[in-house]
Amino acid sequence: MSKLLLKGGRIVDPAQNIDIIADLLVEDGKIAAVAEAITADAAAEKDVSGLIVAPGLVDIHCHLREPGQERKETIATGTRAAAAGGFTTVMPMPNTSPVADNPAAIMYVKDRAKDTGVVHVYPIGAITKGSNGKELAEMSAMAEVGARAFSDDGRPVASSRMMRLAMEYSLITKLPLIAHEEDLLLVDDGDMNEGYMSTVLGLKGNPKAAEETMIARDIILARLTGARLHVAHVSTKHGAAMIREAKEEGLKITAEVTPHHLTLTEEAVKNYDTNTKVNPPLRTPEDVEALLQALKDGTIDCVATDHAPHTIEDKVIEYHFAANGISGFETALPLLYTRLVKTGKLTLNQLIDSMSAAPARIMNLPAGSLAVGCNADIVVIDPAGEKAVDCEAFYSKGKNTPFDGEVLTGWPVLTVVDGVIVMENGEIKE
Amino acid sequence: MAIRTKDLIDLEFLSAAEIQEILDTAKPMKEVMGRDIKTVPALRGKTVATLFYENSTRTRLSFELAAKYLSAGTCNISASASSVKKGESLQDTGRTLEAMGTDIIVIRHNMSGAPKLLGEGVKARVINAGDGTHAHPTQALLDMFTIKERKGRIEGLTVTILGDILHSRVARSNIWGLTKLGARVRLCGPPTLMPKEVEKMGAEVFYDIDEALNGADVVNVLRIQLERQEKGLFPTIEEYAKNYAMTEERLKRAKKDVLVQHPGPMNRSIEIPTAVADSAQCSVEEQVTNGVACRMALLYLMCGGENLV
Repeated sequence: MSKLLLKGGRIVDPAQNIDIIADLLVEDGKIAAVAEAITADAAAEKDVSGLIVAPGLVDIHCHLREPGQERKETIATGTRAAAAGGFTTVMPMPNTSPVADNPAAIMYVKDRAKDTGVVHVYPIGAITKGSNGKELAEMSAMAEVGARAFSDDGRPVASSRMMRLAMEYSLITKLPLIAHEEDLLLVDDGDMNEGYMSTVLGLKGNPKAAEETMIARDIILARLTGARLHVAHVSTKHGAAMIREAKEEGLKITAEVTPHHLTLTEEAVKNYDTNTKVNPPLRTPEDVEALLQALKDGTIDCVATDHAPHTIEDKVIEYHFAANGISGFETALPLLYTRLVKTGKLTLNQLIDSMSAAPARIMNLPAGSLAVGCNADIVVIDPAGEKAVDCEAFYSKGKNTPFDGEVLTGWPVLTVVDGVIVMENGEIKE
Repeated sequence: MAIRTKDLIDLEFLSAAEIQEILDTAKPMKEVMGRDIKTVPALRGKTVATLFYENSTRTRLSFELAAKYLSAGTCNISASASSVKKGESLQDTGRTLEAMGTDIIVIRHNMSGAPKLLGEGVKARVINAGDGTHAHPTQALLDMFTIKERKGRIEGLTVTILGDILHSRVARSNIWGLTKLGARVRLCGPPTLMPKEVEKMGAEVFYDIDEALNGADVVNVLRIQLERQEKGLFPTIEEYAKNYAMTEERLKRAKKDVLVQHPGPMNRSIEIPTAVADSAQCSVEEQVTNGVACRMALLYLMCGGENLV
């Protein structure tokens, strides 16, 4: 069978606590060896000296839009965008049309991923039917066919009783509920973080309290039920603080933060650039700082992109009417490498961990390590080469990024899935 | 001199000198309005389109007459009645107007940021005639022009803006303009109608009307909309009036020669009792006249500032 030998790279594998210069051999889709000066017959060799060899990145929160919103993205384009960004495993949210709230829908996504995708896809099922917050979806049946978590993402379960029941019921599956934490009544159709910028821009404010009250509720319900709760895209300082406290108490809570909440503030909205419209909204420098600290101290377990592709028509429109979200797969790694690792705010090991081993652990995915015997899902990163973000060159259909034109380093140059090269130097191999 | 930026989105983006220039230019424009023949050829051959996504007889007419007095061609598009319902995007509508030869598009829109979006999509110059709760720069200009006419200056004056600050684009534009020209701005209204961190714009916040009026040179009374009560932002119109109506009695707290302004249309029985509205201290009608003069000045300066006879 096929062999691939990566020669002389800096192997960074947080799962094994390894950071060494070595060769890495892939055989039959698995990691076969990590050692100095490996020789292998009939292996395709790549000289990766000066480059970083890391586990393929894992994104547990993204939107692939298929079925039903194929103008925004498809599983084919979305997984290519993921591979281009160094991701080898992704978990799409169920807010498609129709909502993935039943086993057939989960199987459809899996089948489409197998037929048209280029990375591993583990679907997330809905918590309630149609994500309407009224009746429980068939969590157990969805789990049987491969759903790895449940979420009503952008339409958080408003009824505390329904969320309590969902948490209790989820215990059958042992899978986490992923909660987009917002009290929509308190959000009250707000467009951006409530504060000075919303005042100046005359955009309706969405207060931090809308997120924090919901985090508080769900922590309390997790205590009541013993369920696993994964808090999606934490965006506020006090939200992170409550999660820290809940973890200290021993509750089964995990959390994620997005690249944009770690790098942008509400200031970015100032020209009504709708590419800055995200949910939860961009917050303040104080929040960004607290989120970084929370990621470093383990309060926030991992990074997730919330890759949310939209059409141009969804975005070149009045701010209030613009869709929420950033097309994030193809900028996440270089953005965080440039802004956090190069500046010394985060170690390379911490960044790789938070984008591979940690999310894999939370969702119990067979990913996130370069240990011998593991799936050969690998990303090779160039720590030096500079390149400007070019949204027009995205594999994603969604060109919606506030980072267009930004010069970054730390670009992925090779993505390997199950031992097969799917991306090299930014090009997807078909 | 002319306006530096292509579009006039808000006073926030103008320098004090530019604002001053507009106010200075409005003076001869007002003089033109007083002539028997009210037209000058300054904008002959230019076309000004008003594109209004919100009903507003007063502002639309003011811009239209301002353009006519300068000899510009005008056309008026009531967008709620045409393209919006067909689902055409704002930028496409703007490009259509431009393709027909429009030089300046005056836009009123119920969404904050719409003029900016339009301006990014067209080469024509865009003037913001009020967007959502963001800005209403020409209203602020005419308010300031009126203050200057009455008081002789703006610098050093204390101006109290009273009412629903949260939803007021008039308040925001006035804060930028007045503070740039050296006035002190106070804001007063119920806490539920006060935008967050608005002090950072350079204004002082009061919930008590008597404190806010104490020693004020100018009071700008904003219109209160009934729908705010329906949305739960204050309990009743009666209680609002009890706490925040600009009564004669309360006005005694302000300076003796206090000027009372209102952007109109007035709710006479609510935020501004008739006795005050019709008093010599109130400049509502002058504001309307000055609005045309200020818009003439702005259109003139945006078209290069030549040919004024």
